Amino acid sequence: MNLFSLFKRRGSAPVARDRLQILLAYERTTRGSPDLLVVLREEILAAVGRHVEIDPDRVTVQMSRGEKMSTLEVDIEIPNAVRPTPNVSRRKRVPSPAHRPA
Amino acid sequence: MAKVVVVTSGKGGVGKTTSTAALGAALAQIGQNVVVVDFDVGLRNLDLVMGAERRVVYDLINVTQGVAKLPQALIRDKRLDRLALLPASQTRDKDALTEDGVLSVITSLRKMFDWVICDSPAGIERGATLAMRFADEAIIVTNPEVSSVRDSDRIIGLLDAKTVRAERGERVGKHLLITRYDQPRAARGEMLSIEDVLDILSTPLLGIVPESEEVLRASNLGSPITINNPSSGAARAYCDAARRLMGEDIEMTVPTDKQGFLGKLFGRRAA
Repeated sequence: MNLFSLFKRRGSAPVARDRLQILLAYERTTRGSPDLLVVLREEILAAVGRHVEIDPDRVTVQMSRGEKMSTLEVDIEIPNAVRPTPNVSRRKRVPSPAHRPA
Repeated sequence: MAKVVVVTSGKGGVGKTTSTAALGAALAQIGQNVVVVDFDVGLRNLDLVMGAERRVVYDLINVTQGVAKLPQALIRDKRLDRLALLPASQTRDKDALTEDGVLSVITSLRKMFDWVICDSPAGIERGATLAMRFADEAIIVTNPEVSSVRDSDRIIGLLDAKTVRAERGERVGKHLLITRYDQPRAARGEMLSIEDVLDILSTPLLGIVPESEEVLRASNLGSPITINNPSSGAARAYCDAARRLMGEDIEMTVPTDKQGFLGKLFGRRAA
């Protein structure tokens, strides 16, 4: 912040008005219908889940609403195909750096 | 024919109880027979704001359950004999209210008074939906602040969906009462203006109550502000709002606490 911006400071009411108008335009259209995000999340999960195994806790669905356009971001973590478990007893144990003598 | 009015908002702390007391008293002061009904079961406060907290014997739940007769539960105001209070229960929870019980009480009150003013609890749960259920008209109390405006929009949606009138395809008359308005801050662009709120909520304006120290003073003393300090800006705003409810066409102003100064004219008429 510089001295100039102190004088230029505008009121926050126009921001409040714009935020409300965008939010309420959305809330009025979805009123009474089930939460779109929940529906999308369930259906996308089901579709992907038919082909690969996924952990439902490792899925994030985010919505970013704008005045003219909204974006839906779906992030699904798909585990790599599980390799045969290596035989632990035959592996040489390497001491961790913390246990090495100084 | 009596009118049933719900004072509602969704959000808490915006001035529903203060407005119920002030409008009820203002209507009684111009000769109307008025009852104010507290629907906030478990958290009653209208008795306190009206200064009748020590006179409560029976309450709304007692009447709906047949424990007391309606006239026994009504508390007549000591200052205005046309004003009465039906308190909420403080010990029961809101599930004790039933739709049939509320309907029978409202039906009886309609025969006894010109105005039945229902003070809704905050929220959109049972207490709030029952308070609005049988309303002919609704006063939506809104502060010029984002969360209050959003909640008011939600409540307006419920009024159009969950009231008996709405279900019959009739309209519930809706009126916006903007409270805690700070004209200088709105002029500086620091607070949503009246025009902003009206644009967003598209609901006719009933009145603009200025932020005023006199409001707290009146509730401290247990006296509706229109009785306690009739010349204060807030009291004059409530009196104008009461007259608009009666159908009078009164120019919309933001009265201030300075006596004799009428505030800036807004040029906007109450619809």
